[in-house]
Amino acid sequence: MFEIIAELSRWAIPMILLVVPLVAMLRGVKVYETFVDGAEAGFATAVQTIPYLVAMLVAISIFRASGAMEVLVATFSPILNFVGLPAEVLPHAVMRPLSGGAALGIASDIIKTYGPDSFLGRLVSTMQGSCDTTFYVLTLYFGSVGIKKYRYSVILGLTADLSTLVASVFIVSVIFGSGG
Amino acid sequence: MVNLVWLGMIVFGIIVAGAKGNIDVVTKAALDGANNAVKISFSLIAIITFWLGIMKLAEEAGLVRALAWLVRPVMRFLFPSVPKDHPAMGAMVMNLSANILGLGNAATPMGLIAMRELQKLNQGRVSASDAMCTFLALNTSCVTLIPTTIIGIRLLYGSSDPTDIVGPTIMATSFSMVVAIVVDRILRLLYSGKGR
Repeated sequence: MFEIIAELSRWAIPMILLVVPLVAMLRGVKVYETFVDGAEAGFATAVQTIPYLVAMLVAISIFRASGAMEVLVATFSPILNFVGLPAEVLPHAVMRPLSGGAALGIASDIIKTYGPDSFLGRLVSTMQGSCDTTFYVLTLYFGSVGIKKYRYSVILGLTADLSTLVASVFIVSVIFGSGG
Repeated sequence: MVNLVWLGMIVFGIIVAGAKGNIDVVTKAALDGANNAVKISFSLIAIITFWLGIMKLAEEAGLVRALAWLVRPVMRFLFPSVPKDHPAMGAMVMNLSANILGLGNAATPMGLIAMRELQKLNQGRVSASDAMCTFLALNTSCVTLIPTTIIGIRLLYGSSDPTDIVGPTIMATSFSMVVAIVVDRILRLLYSGKGR
């Protein structure tokens, strides 16, 4: 099963690059000119995201470097332990929507410390795999088209992330048992 | 909400840094963050330009429309405000498929193309449309069939079965996707007509 999916992933882009221009040609599209026409907007689209990304990444960077995370963890771990969520994964849960790299660093640290086949190791692996860098995606996608008011998408994204956390704890406990 | 989160991270960060006696890190962190942001944007120029070209070809060849037509029932349900067979539908499907296959390099440009199409329907407003909120919720809670990076790390630290978290990952992310779709519907109703 994994082999099939992995193979599919490897072939997907080469196939798109083969099929799209061929079909376009067969349907009478001037392939080279059309490609250039479309690609023209690339530079502007990428550069337009700069102010948005700068704003968001500066805030995230200050938050990360200041040690605010440790304060948050110290404040919230008693509450988390009380409701049955292991506090060790809290830094990961907080960082995951903000910074993909930082979250991955925390995840590998937990895996290294507790072992990849421990409960915490499996839990943090599941959390890393099932979540996305919500704030980065929102900033980048909205920034590229000049959207400044995000309306309910921040609450929506964070709700989804929180539900992933709860689901991960539950599923990993049920499948692997919380002992190991 | 985004204003609050943004301000909160900066204010809380500076207060903590000050209280811990390492206020110096703030200035450096701010510049590092800005630097990193510009680097990311510049690294996007290449892949966005490339995929915009390919997508224009796919559009002219009628392939985007065909793709949108194929998955019409699902997309009509998720995005009632987007006209059927609109190029935005095709681009969103491409983005979500690339995400599922774990093709990060292709997923981002296709997502940005989808946003461009959605922004045309949004008549250039600076406020997010319903369809954009739904699309981003799906995008960030979307399933990745093989989380390659974390499997690599598990392998590195001697896991006896590095891929045994794939099943749980797919279950967790499917659950959060359902939650995202349901909460999106509720919030859409609550926010309808507000703040546009």
